[in-house]
Amino acid sequence: MIKARSLPGWAPPVAAMLVVLLINTVLFPSFFQLRLVDGRLTGSLVDVLIRGAPVALLALGMAGVIATRGIDLSVGAVMAIAGAVAANALAGGASWTSAIVYALAAGLACGLWNGMLVGFLKLQPIVATLVLMVAGRGIAQLITGGQITTFDDAPFAALAGGTLLTIPAPILIVATIAVLLTLLVRSTALGLMVEAIGVNPRAAELVGINTRSIVVAVYALSGVTAALAGIIATADIKGADANNAGLWLEPDAILVVVLGGGSLLGGRLSYGLTIVGAITLQAIKTGILLAGFPPQMGLILMAVMVSILLVVQAPALQQWLQHRALRRAAS
Amino acid sequence: MSDAPPLLEARGITKAYPGTVALDDVNFAVRAGEIHALMGENGAGKSTLIKILTGAVRRDFGAILIDGRPAEPDSTPRAQQAGIWAVHQEVMVLPNLSVAENVMLGCQPRRFGLVDRRKTRRLANQALAELGLSLDMDRELGSFPVAIRQLVAIARAVRANARVLVLDEPTASLDAPEVERLFDVVRALASRGTGIVFITHFLDQVYALSDRITVLRNGKAVGSSRTQELPQVDLIHMMIGKGLEQAIERERPANAKKGNVAASFVGLGKTGLVEPFDITLHAGEAVGAAGLLGSGRTETAMLMFGAERADTGSVEIDGKPRRLRSPRDAIRAGLAFSPEDRKADGIFGDLSIRDNIAIVLQSKRGWARKLSRRKQQRLADEYIARLNVKTPDADKPIGQLSGGNQQKALLARWLASDPKVLILDEPTRGIDVGAHADIVKAIEELRDSGLALYVISSELEELVAYSERVSVMRDRRQVALLERDELSVDRIVAAIAASSGDR
Repeated sequence: MIKARSLPGWAPPVAAMLVVLLINTVLFPSFFQLRLVDGRLTGSLVDVLIRGAPVALLALGMAGVIATRGIDLSVGAVMAIAGAVAANALAGGASWTSAIVYALAAGLACGLWNGMLVGFLKLQPIVATLVLMVAGRGIAQLITGGQITTFDDAPFAALAGGTLLTIPAPILIVATIAVLLTLLVRSTALGLMVEAIGVNPRAAELVGINTRSIVVAVYALSGVTAALAGIIATADIKGADANNAGLWLEPDAILVVVLGGGSLLGGRLSYGLTIVGAITLQAIKTGILLAGFPPQMGLILMAVMVSILLVVQAPALQQWLQHRALRRAAS
Repeated sequence: MSDAPPLLEARGITKAYPGTVALDDVNFAVRAGEIHALMGENGAGKSTLIKILTGAVRRDFGAILIDGRPAEPDSTPRAQQAGIWAVHQEVMVLPNLSVAENVMLGCQPRRFGLVDRRKTRRLANQALAELGLSLDMDRELGSFPVAIRQLVAIARAVRANARVLVLDEPTASLDAPEVERLFDVVRALASRGTGIVFITHFLDQVYALSDRITVLRNGKAVGSSRTQELPQVDLIHMMIGKGLEQAIERERPANAKKGNVAASFVGLGKTGLVEPFDITLHAGEAVGAAGLLGSGRTETAMLMFGAERADTGSVEIDGKPRRLRSPRDAIRAGLAFSPEDRKADGIFGDLSIRDNIAIVLQSKRGWARKLSRRKQQRLADEYIARLNVKTPDADKPIGQLSGGNQQKALLARWLASDPKVLILDEPTRGIDVGAHADIVKAIEELRDSGLALYVISSELEELVAYSERVSVMRDRRQVALLERDELSVDRIVAAIAASSGDR
């Protein structure tokens, strides 16, 4: 009997990332070059990682939500709220540490709200988080009073512009969060339980998993990571723009999870692969930018690239290829 | 009439899904003017057969003949063109369209390329009048009760020249007068030569309406007979079967010692779900539960396990009073429950066998105290060997196993949590003979090792063989509790039939 060996789950996303990085190096031979400027690592690759940091953070939160077969459309709005809260606190004379705490608390509150709607009231995730997606931006505007709130606080700004041991802060923050989350879900049974809920919520209930608490927890986490993304974005521009912060980043975050091998049908959770997806998406964006296409072409090219990557990873295509290989081997 | 070939005939229909054979060499025929009841318990293969006849599913083997000529109804539209129509449980109408549009759906008369509304109304009105129905043609169909929507769906089929009409559980949500009206319509259609296939769980309706009965069980057609010649007791026998092919010879040891009370449920009930019942389970004994589908047997198990919240009654596990508000509470108290629908309520299809086995013990421990990978592997290996699960390794996704092996893995997940009381809902349904015997053996071993079991099964001989008592359910209440010395398949069937007669 001929047996078709299927690829391990991590292979397609990692291959996709490598292909995109390879294309970038072919187009720009200097892509992988790293230089040290004033004690700070620079280069195209570093640029990809820094620019991709906010979306990567959103995606890390989104990954848990999607693994339970949910979705969080409010992450962009939560970014705006957290940014507004932080900027407002700093403008009002608060210390940078308390600004961070307030912003994270705001994100946590938003996440808990979503989690309650989905976990306890059993609203459909899209509908439940759509509420905050729309209302959240309004809340952020209320906090900033419709103005762009600016501040001058060097330690806070360093969250985006600072470096530690030559590595830019946003990269460190994303890497730390990804490692912590991986440790959290793999050294406890949370990963298994989240995946079980995504694969079969009814069965999860019947084997005694506390599905409601876990669902609330993943949305709460998504709120916190979105707030963190908002903090970095705010630190980056030293101000909060409630109208534009995090705008249209929800689809990017979802796309990153999917590029990392996640399925919207739930049941797959890997923070490492989510980072792989984030690098893939940002590398496409940066590559298009570097190639000098006009901005209006950029979005279309990105859509084309993403479509190709998703089609290549599609289970239907892989099954078809396996089927063909089997028949060829049989004849 | 009997010389003419049947309107619709299925010969040797076979259909396999991964892990189960849904239909095995089934013959079935509908003649003109005949009302033919298709009977069988859940999972017997009724819906698969209907789907094949109406073009929704393709058969693996066998032939379909229409008017004695081979036919290929390989899609719903093609089946409908050939005159085979089905009206399903969830009536397929478009509630936001008008009555007239629903009747004429797909064949609206046109004028200058546009829909001719006046003619639509007229033709629809005509079609409904034939069924003795007069409705406001312009009202949204969704504003009418289910009974009317159903008749509109039938009118649509009749207008499109349906020759065979399949009615799948048409009376499930109708009240008595509505049922009568539906039956009048069905009889009128039959007298005009339409062949009717009637699927229902209500035995009295089968006897009130049908000319012929065909019974499916475990994917096989176990008999076909004229309705007058098939007494109700025999019909129930055919539906729920004589049990295992190989006779269970093992005699229970007469001195089977009764252990302590492991669990007692007193007056447990929930309005609209199950009337209050009492069950006491002793350590080292199996209590069986019998009853037809919809008799409340599964709901009883759900109440015992806290998956449904009881509004009356009390529960004691191991002598301690407990309130079971969720499966979590029940599992902590030492209960275990393997549900009837393996796929929907049991397995985590994409996860490995190892994860599927470890998960109950894991959720009992809580998320913070993770079972080590080595411990999980040991558990999985131990139970794969002990229950004879056929798989190359524990890494395989459980969804790829056959039904019987999935069932064994599900049993393993509960045994790994070390319960005091094990509730099994149809543990041997839809699995092959070998796995069937393994499961029965496991039930007996578990009983003898001191576990208290509550086993719901349609395999009555099996129940009689291993049960100390059998609770008989009907119409959402416990109607009999047969003790060991009065236990036999015939007594159980009599208890079910006696009670279903007076509904």
